[in-house]
Amino acid sequence: MNRHVLSMHDLSADDVVRVLDTAESFREVGSRVIKKVPALRGRTVVNLFLEDSTRTRISFELAAKRLSADVINFSASGSSVAKGESLKDTALTLQAMGADAIVIRHSSSGSALQLTKWVDGHVLNAGDGTHEHPTQALLDLYTMREKLGRLEGLRVAIVGDVLHSRVARSLSFGLVKMGAEVTLIGPPTLIPPDAPSWGVQVSYDIDGVIPKLDVCYMLRVQRERQRLEYFPSVREYNRLFGLTAARAAVLPEGSLIMHPGPMNRGVEIDSDVTDLPGAVIEEQVTNGIAVRMSLLYLLLGGGSAASGTDESDEREVARA
Amino acid sequence: MLLDDEDIRRALTRIAHEIIERDKGAEGLVLVGIANRGDHLARRLAREIERIEGSRVPVGVLDITFYRDDIGLRAEAPEVHETRIDVDITGRTVVLVDDVLFTGRTIRAAMDALTDFGRPARISLAVLVDRGHRELPIRADFVGKNLPTRRDDDVRVQVRELDGADAVLVEEQALEPALELEPSLEQRSGSAHEGAAT
Repeated sequence: MNRHVLSMHDLSADDVVRVLDTAESFREVGSRVIKKVPALRGRTVVNLFLEDSTRTRISFELAAKRLSADVINFSASGSSVAKGESLKDTALTLQAMGADAIVIRHSSSGSALQLTKWVDGHVLNAGDGTHEHPTQALLDLYTMREKLGRLEGLRVAIVGDVLHSRVARSLSFGLVKMGAEVTLIGPPTLIPPDAPSWGVQVSYDIDGVIPKLDVCYMLRVQRERQRLEYFPSVREYNRLFGLTAARAAVLPEGSLIMHPGPMNRGVEIDSDVTDLPGAVIEEQVTNGIAVRMSLLYLLLGGGSAASGTDESDEREVARA
Repeated sequence: MLLDDEDIRRALTRIAHEIIERDKGAEGLVLVGIANRGDHLARRLAREIERIEGSRVPVGVLDITFYRDDIGLRAEAPEVHETRIDVDITGRTVVLVDDVLFTGRTIRAAMDALTDFGRPARISLAVLVDRGHRELPIRADFVGKNLPTRRDDDVRVQVRELDGADAVLVEEQALEPALELEPSLEQRSGSAHEGAAT
């Protein structure tokens, strides 16, 4: 497996299966009386969250703690970043303290990649700007596979503000990699122009797609990243692209309603829709812990920190 | 081949008798097999005990990967198998079942893992083969066969559920010495995970 997980492109289809299969075991750990295993004792995981986050940060924190790693949480407010320290200096400080893995959330696309140039530890992208959010995609893939028994051939619509959504990008890449059929739906202003090159379909008509879906994945309208002119009004957005009770009723029996959270109820998803049996939004959160445990375990459970192990083994064999 | 399918069947039958003789029946007994050969042996022991005593013994499967003492010493994170213990083990007599007892590190890890599920009244250990070379103060209560080996021999237990046939095989390491330097060799060979580290 790749040393860092910055993008779904860093994982092969086999890697994805391995992460999901291993997550299965961590789900079992999560069902025990004592939900903690000593697998990563002595390892240090730093959560570097320079953009607001609740569930991803807590999920990573819990995942690392349940693996018995030492966890340091670092956020912009109340740290040297608030005093104007650059990302590079922050990274070098964490490096000097011996972080084995850094989980980074940052408002700038590419920040996770940049971080890999400064630190020796593993870097996990927990969301960088509008670029990618691979662990969200992995937990979504896990949830779909768990509930529907497969990924290949699933018909999935990702609906809403695709343009600003790192979740939509990572999930599209992941689903396409695993052989699912993805349709992006949203107002033309919120569909990225290069979307067809991802291997997905694009539609502007949610009602035409909904009756044929296995999964209806609603994206949050990211008002913090948007200018006003992307769509005329929240009410119109809800009427044209929101998952209303009437639309949810048209979804085929057994299909899933998903949302990465936090939800804008009444905008992209109506309140009563989240109570339907097909809505698995809380399961997504639960599965997120297991999937992140799996990823941390697979990255940190082999080799010691730096890249030394494989090379020195090879050298020994060569010498013999 | 050291044991064939008949030898293994007889050994498991004897162990089943010994377990219920010691515990005066099968009440309060839980068999927990260590993945991924021990669990098959545990299921067979449970069937034997049921045949003899007429009562069902719960069987669990335990993967000890997360409790290994060599995580980080390997190039890759070890593969994880299923764990499933559906009964509360607190207050019960747990018999751990594994294919090969070697360094004892697997059993140490298994005991640590078990205590995360509850507090058994007693933990004992049944193994098909005890090949010696302990690195920890651990011994088996029930042994199918004691097998003197060299430390670098490769003892392999095959079970029909996974390997198509039952057998215990020993391969003496007369191969070129370079192979000993390859740390993951033993793992890749699919032999008992006892070898390299646990």
